[in-house]
Amino acid sequence: MRLLAAAGDDAKVLAGGQSLMPMLNLRLARPELLIDINLADQRAPSLAGDVLRLPALTRHRVLLEHPLIRQHCPLLADAIRYVGNVRVRNRGTIAGSLAHADPTSEIGCCALATGARVVARGPHGERTVPAGDLFAGYWATTLDPAEIITDVLIPAAGPRQGWSFHEMVRRTSDFAIVAVAVTVDLAERTGDPAAARVALAGVADRVVLAGPQLLNGDPDESAARIADTLDPADDVHASGAYRRRLARVLTARALRQAFARATGAAP
Amino acid sequence: MNKRAITLTVNDRDYELWVVPSDTLLDVLHDELGLADVRYGCGEGVCGTCTVLLDREPVSGCLILAVQAAGHQVTTMRGLMGPGEALHPLQECFLRRGAAQCGFCTPGMILTALDLVRRSAGQGQARPSRDEIRYALVGNLCRCTGYTKILDAIEEYAGQ
Repeated sequence: MRLLAAAGDDAKVLAGGQSLMPMLNLRLARPELLIDINLADQRAPSLAGDVLRLPALTRHRVLLEHPLIRQHCPLLADAIRYVGNVRVRNRGTIAGSLAHADPTSEIGCCALATGARVVARGPHGERTVPAGDLFAGYWATTLDPAEIITDVLIPAAGPRQGWSFHEMVRRTSDFAIVAVAVTVDLAERTGDPAAARVALAGVADRVVLAGPQLLNGDPDESAARIADTLDPADDVHASGAYRRRLARVLTARALRQAFARATGAAP
Repeated sequence: MNKRAITLTVNDRDYELWVVPSDTLLDVLHDELGLADVRYGCGEGVCGTCTVLLDREPVSGCLILAVQAAGHQVTTMRGLMGPGEALHPLQECFLRRGAAQCGFCTPGMILTALDLVRRSAGQGQARPSRDEIRYALVGNLCRCTGYTKILDAIEEYAGQ
């Protein structure tokens, strides 16, 4: 923390290194100082009340295999299958991924869909930032250069929560063209969908959460309304129009599946 | 940049080395220790030719610094071989099935496949299916074989 505060913008924090190290190898990043935090924290994921606490250095492989995550955040455990390859998952960390703020990030997408918060510590103390306020644009966060994420807090999925993750890629393990993460909570009494959260990756300069007013009980209608609000850019991987279409199709699919899971109609 | 002394355990042997903090594990294994079975391919962790096992788990040698590997067990494909350079059974399968052509990707394929088979066995699961093998190998690119014979070789080994 002291090193980071002193060096500011000239320093980079090295967690799993699966995004930063390629940037160093390609000379896209040339920091004066590299601060390796890999030995700084050996904590494991834990559950306190109805909140999952994932320490910053929780590796993707742990997200994939840890029973607490399988049980209380199945969305993340499922989405991690789409992240990188086995080597990336052995080293990559949850906070490293969030701090890297890639607009196609599966993990960022899940953070939004689950209503996750990050704990950030800096020279002026600790604060909690909702995932929705964390991302500021292409590979940019709202964190101060001297702040570092120490924990990711995820509300545990209740028994009446359904979830779904869908993604379109050209090649397995590649960056998502479009990804969507959905959670649906059913009302306690009626069993109707009470709250749904739809998060999308690959459709803007950051991962985005769809406005709740766009959602109604109809998956196709909701998906079409969400897609209409998006204006993805063209790039070498896909046109903006194709991304918008994917957003609509994948969102409808995900909403349907999440609802089916919430009601117990799908595994 | 100032060099610093580290102890690296590679294939069950300890090496005292002077490394620059920015040296990757791949730099040190290939250039300093002469381990030609760890190879620079892409520098981005995508191609898998620099795969090594770090405490028995596959990692990209190009995406980890040598200083970070100090105090851990590093295994390259050569470390799997028996006395007198006896081939590992998985290497035998690769040979028998014609799964290596130019051979550049082979060490990474072998280490990744070995991890998959060990892990499945460790979790008491049945041997990995062809689809599971294919999924485990998404980060290991081969530009010669078309993968079919590699999958055949790994399936044969997993069945042993």
